[in-house]
Amino acid sequence: MGFFRFFKTNKEDQSAKVAKDRLQVLIAHERTGRDGPDYLPMLKQDILDVIKKYVSVGDDALSVQLETQDDCDVLELNITLPEDNNTSTVTPTAEAKRRAMERRQAAAKVT
Amino acid sequence: MTKTIVVTSGKGGVGKTTTSASIATGLAKRGFKTVVIDFDVGLRNLDLIMGCERRVVYDLVNLVNQEATLHQTLIKDKRIENLYILPASQTRDKDALTIEGIARVMHKLKKSEFDYIICDSPAGIEKGAKMALYFADEAIVTTNPEVSSVRDSDRILGILQSESKRSKMNEEPVKEHLLITRYNPSRVKDGQMLSVDDIVDLLAIPLLGIIPESPSVLDCSNAGKPVILDDDSEAGQAYSDAIDRLLGESKPHRFMEAPKKGFLSRLFG
Ligand SMILES: Nc1ncnc2c1ncn2[C@@H]1O[C@H](COP(=O)(O)OP(=O)(O)OP(=O)(O)O)[C@@H](O)[C@H]1O
Ligand SMILES: [Mg+2]
Repeated sequence: MGFFRFFKTNKEDQSAKVAKDRLQVLIAHERTGRDGPDYLPMLKQDILDVIKKYVSVGDDALSVQLETQDDCDVLELNITLPEDNNTSTVTPTAEAKRRAMERRQAAAKVT
Repeated sequence: MTKTIVVTSGKGGVGKTTTSASIATGLAKRGFKTVVIDFDVGLRNLDLIMGCERRVVYDLVNLVNQEATLHQTLIKDKRIENLYILPASQTRDKDALTIEGIARVMHKLKKSEFDYIICDSPAGIEKGAKMALYFADEAIVTTNPEVSSVRDSDRILGILQSESKRSKMNEEPVKEHLLITRYNPSRVKDGQMLSVDDIVDLLAIPLLGIIPESPSVLDCSNAGKPVILDDDSEAGQAYSDAIDRLLGESKPHRFMEAPKKGFLSRLFG
């Protein structure tokens, strides 16, 4: 323990706590990649591709968690959307704008 | 019935070879006919730890390629009856081993009525590590109280559950054991090192034992003697306890607490 550490508060030494918290998150994340059904990685990629059609996000924007409960499996999706500097909403991609335009035109025709 | 046990970890340098040597020696000491196989192709080291490096003539690759017989390849331990070592090859050819080749060796060992086959896995999660765990009935996942080791252990558990022969054949899953090595209770007490509870909590597999960080491990490897033969050392005693648990006995875990220090040694220690 040594002369100086004897007098130091123990607080700043508690790096093990940080290690455990980090590992808990990481291991849970890495387990979903392998414990889930075979199609999970592909499903994740497809969902990510759909999101990217509308918003520009990185590959880490989507986390997929499969939880087994008593009588069913729950698929939990977490999508982190980028913050925009000017507004709190995200900027639609060109593709999203084009689709919205089409939708509005179609709606206009019906009425 | 022969039981095949892999000693594995993902991460390198955590104590797999030290553990393989002591577990094999411990089982043989209890009267079980045991062979310990070094799967670390290219980096043979188990022979040194077992103290039989000068008696290596043929190796696992020779045996797989049928260039030598089982009898010619196995090295009989000089101290312990019933204990045999199967050394790794020094070849740099990473493809020297195949599942079919290993299957033939395993079959021969079973026919020779071995009770235990202990497989010392190389580090990593590549072909060599997968080959070492493929035939396992049980796995000793060797883990240090340290973030990267715990993470890699979890990954190797994933591989055991999906790429072992038992998982591929839809048989009963490989029985998993957690062995925490190089444990330093006083650093755990100070909150600097993951505790046994933390690691068991994270990996969620049954605890086979806790091997404390101990200078006798180095002394024994210098001498070419498995540390389990050093009855005076804490590490040796901890490995003995682990053997008892492996054989189904329930024993309280030792070496989890830091030795109590007096005021002066706490001040200057
Ligand atoms: N309980 C212990 N106390 C002190 N030192 C230890 C302990 N266990 C292992 N060591 C030391 O750690 C080092 C690595 O051990 P070992 O060779 O058994 O690891 P390994 O997992 O087989 O490594 P590799 O992945 O390279 O095959 C060695 O120097 C060994 O002496
Ligand atoms: Mg080794």
